[in-house]
Amino acid sequence: MSTVSEPLPPNPDPLLNVPITPELVEKHGLTAKEYELIQEIIGREPNLTELGIFSVMWSEHCSYKNSRPLLKTFPTQKADAKSPNQVLIKAGEENAGVIDIGEGWAICFKIESHNHPSAVEPFEGAATGVGGIIRDIFTMGARPVLLTNSLRFGDLSSAQSKRLFRGVVHGISHYGNCIGIPNVGGDVYFDECYEGNPLVNALCLGVLRHDQIKRGAATGVGNPVYYVGPATGRDGLGGASFASRELSEESAADRPAVQKGDPFMEKLLIEACLEMMAVDGLVVGIQDMGAAGLTCSTCETAGRGGSGIEIELDKVPQRETGMNSYEIMLSESQERMLVIVQKGREKELEAIFEKWDLHAVEIGTVTEGEDMVVNQHGKPVVRLPAAKLADEAPVYVREAKEPAYMAECRAWKASSLPAPDKAILESALGKLLSHPTIASKRWVYTQYDHMVMTGTVVEPGSDAAVVRLRLDEGKERYIAMANDCNNRFCWLDPYAGARIAMAECLRNLACSGARGLAMTNNLNFGNPNKPESFYMLKEAVRGLAEACRTFDLPVVGGNVSLYNENVNLKIDPTPVVSLAGIIDDPAHVTTQTVKGAGEHLILLGGCPHELGGSYYLKVMHGLKTGAVPAVDLDAEQRLCACILSQIAAGRVKAAHDLSEGGLLTAVAEMLFAPGKTYGAKLDLAGMADKAGRLDALLYGESQGRVLLAISQNKVEAVLDAATDAGIHAVVIGEVQDEPTLTCKAGDTLTWDVAALREGWETTIEKIMAH
Amino acid sequence: MRVAILQFPGSNCDTDALHAVRDVLGVEAQLVWHKESCLCGYGAVVLPGGFSYGDYLRCGAIARFSPVMAALKDFAEAGGPVIGICNGFQILCEAGLLPGALVRNTCLEFRCQTSELIVEDSNEHFNPVKLGERVRIPIAHGEGNYRIDEAGLAKLEANKQVLFRYADNPNGSLNDIAGIRSERGNVIGMMPHPERAVEPFMPSTDGLPILRAFLELAAVAP
Repeated sequence: MSTVSEPLPPNPDPLLNVPITPELVEKHGLTAKEYELIQEIIGREPNLTELGIFSVMWSEHCSYKNSRPLLKTFPTQKADAKSPNQVLIKAGEENAGVIDIGEGWAICFKIESHNHPSAVEPFEGAATGVGGIIRDIFTMGARPVLLTNSLRFGDLSSAQSKRLFRGVVHGISHYGNCIGIPNVGGDVYFDECYEGNPLVNALCLGVLRHDQIKRGAATGVGNPVYYVGPATGRDGLGGASFASRELSEESAADRPAVQKGDPFMEKLLIEACLEMMAVDGLVVGIQDMGAAGLTCSTCETAGRGGSGIEIELDKVPQRETGMNSYEIMLSESQERMLVIVQKGREKELEAIFEKWDLHAVEIGTVTEGEDMVVNQHGKPVVRLPAAKLADEAPVYVREAKEPAYMAECRAWKASSLPAPDKAILESALGKLLSHPTIASKRWVYTQYDHMVMTGTVVEPGSDAAVVRLRLDEGKERYIAMANDCNNRFCWLDPYAGARIAMAECLRNLACSGARGLAMTNNLNFGNPNKPESFYMLKEAVRGLAEACRTFDLPVVGGNVSLYNENVNLKIDPTPVVSLAGIIDDPAHVTTQTVKGAGEHLILLGGCPHELGGSYYLKVMHGLKTGAVPAVDLDAEQRLCACILSQIAAGRVKAAHDLSEGGLLTAVAEMLFAPGKTYGAKLDLAGMADKAGRLDALLYGESQGRVLLAISQNKVEAVLDAATDAGIHAVVIGEVQDEPTLTCKAGDTLTWDVAALREGWETTIEKIMAH
Repeated sequence: MRVAILQFPGSNCDTDALHAVRDVLGVEAQLVWHKESCLCGYGAVVLPGGFSYGDYLRCGAIARFSPVMAALKDFAEAGGPVIGICNGFQILCEAGLLPGALVRNTCLEFRCQTSELIVEDSNEHFNPVKLGERVRIPIAHGEGNYRIDEAGLAKLEANKQVLFRYADNPNGSLNDIAGIRSERGNVIGMMPHPERAVEPFMPSTDGLPILRAFLELAAVAP
């Protein structure tokens, strides 16, 4: 038997028989040291195809080489082995983590970025981002049941941002609608820091029985390896390494690195694969061909299975003629899967794919040893150690240094601003509500089919989306999903900002009646080789890990997107947090809008006078500075427990978390009920004295706060329960039918709620109409 | 009675329709793959929503050539009740079982929202007394803009073939048309999704009487 270190015969394509020069190594995004390591591992010089394979497998996107030491600090299992909702498949073990939801059922979810492709080609970039994350979920054996996404764009006053925003939303809409999985929620922020470098993070959640969990492992020597799905083309060549570089002027020339999606094909693939996986014992292992396509799926399945794998490229369905081994192995053509089948049962698999009119072609076998061998025309063109290729990428601990601006910002004092007068305080609310980040995202979610699968209980636009899952025998589960990340806080203090993202996300779940199950995250950062950028990543991960441990929310998977910067601009650190929660009783599903006049508004969590990092400072003063609001994770947890207990006691008509835009923004959003616009009379006179600055009281973004709408006869009970839990609680006003909002705080401030709603609801639509 | 819910490659509201008919209304129903060539034993047929064949070429244009469509034509010609919802409506128009065509929304974008529909007094099954004056039903389509030539439109109106009109036209349909029936009355097509309005947590339960009215057709079918 041949060994890896023996030289291979020349490649059938003479173009690939070139000497590996330092320039070629650099072009593949590998350092000279990494190249030395490759030679050490294989005991010879790699050929060009092998160099390409190492380049994609050792890219940040596939290997997490810059982030792995940090990611290891995340908890991946519940602290208590007896608590419900244990993690069944942990982060990093497979394509996505799996968590128990009781009675033999589980959910599986993950978020993934497609930032760089979306910057270059927004429609296809976003569409294939959705397609990719869906494959990660059904590969696990799960039926995908919901999508959400976190999007970030530059300021909408720029033509480029509008074009990217429109393209990305159209791309997501195109893919999700056609495939028939509801897009039930998400978040969209607009900030100058994302100009030209949008963030497109797509999440998919699926449901499965414990006994349906599939592994991406190639085991059983002699088992056939099948390629299923459409033919391979030259599209998306080296997409994974493209995503692991800074964007530049030349990125537009990288368009061939952006894949083209076909949601119809993926819909067929989902149905065929789920049908195939439902056949007992037929599938040994399965993995999607996502980033790094055929390369990643073959070496990872072999690595996980502790086996070797051998494939013949002549058998791979090809869309174009004359494709060489480099192109076939590195293509990121979409909607393809690798399936390892139980030997002797090939016909069963082929019959299912024939029903769905899809390719299912045997391209190789699981072999003894641990080599990945790729043949073309019967001769080997690649021979590499599979497990080492998949798992032994170099790991770097980069240098971290706090950027100088952070200390300056922390030292900023609100007293440097003049005290706001009545006119400023009144105009601020309308300006905040019609800032695109805070304004209604109706323009976005009416383009997404958010109701298909008929399980959407809370539609997009509330604190969290809620979806009813139908299990077998009439069993049901109610799952809530929330995403958060305020980049401004993260820029000012990534550690605190990350903790805030987690706390806000948990509050969003609690306001919907859900307790948290598990977390997935998408770490969008700059170039890790720059100490200031790496500092942000490190600090944000520290904050997230700490919050996960405090809340006992394991991380079930995620994605890292680095190099989100270019010569002119660097994105704010953006650790997007997504939490899945469960609502134990459907009667506890709660939304953010008030239900009737006479309801009292109770503010939980008090009113510290913090203005740092607020949207008020951005919108009214053009400032991005100040100390980030304090966050007390224990208090956040008590607050969420208190909200859930009050919801369970049937006392809560509506609940809404305070975030961007502060107290008055939250009050206004609660009044914008479906089909009716309410008003409210607020009395904050008592708090105004303590708060010092009125702008901080009304618009500051202090954490740990939630507003509840409570019927008058339940107010005492809620106040008592909050006090018992050690949470500051106070009635701040009452809901009224007449759509006027008044607020006694110093002067009496007055707003026309219908006009506020008009601005909030139509801002984005008006901008996008031009 | 047994209801057939046709499943084309790319159908994605097939299991929603199955859930509404079988689990909510308690009527026996099953999915029927598009390669079947017989609809024997079924009392009614549903063409569900989705993106059959990816909506490539034109919505419904490829699905009309599926093997099951010949059987469907026979079934409809014999007076059997057929309802096409969303993509199903598009397929019925492409197959010539209903007049007119559905083209791109005038806003050029997909629209998913709950729309208010005005119920027309069409016949003894579909009228405001049975269904309510107005119903709230979700829509989800990019190509729901109903078009027909002038003579065809005049005929539709004269025969009272219009079942539903949008109160606030979301897609540019002629005469605000959201749903129609064949002249004989056994073939129904509508862009809104009644199967998305059948349980208390959904935007409404106004889809229930619509689906019931359709299933009633089976009782009176020849």
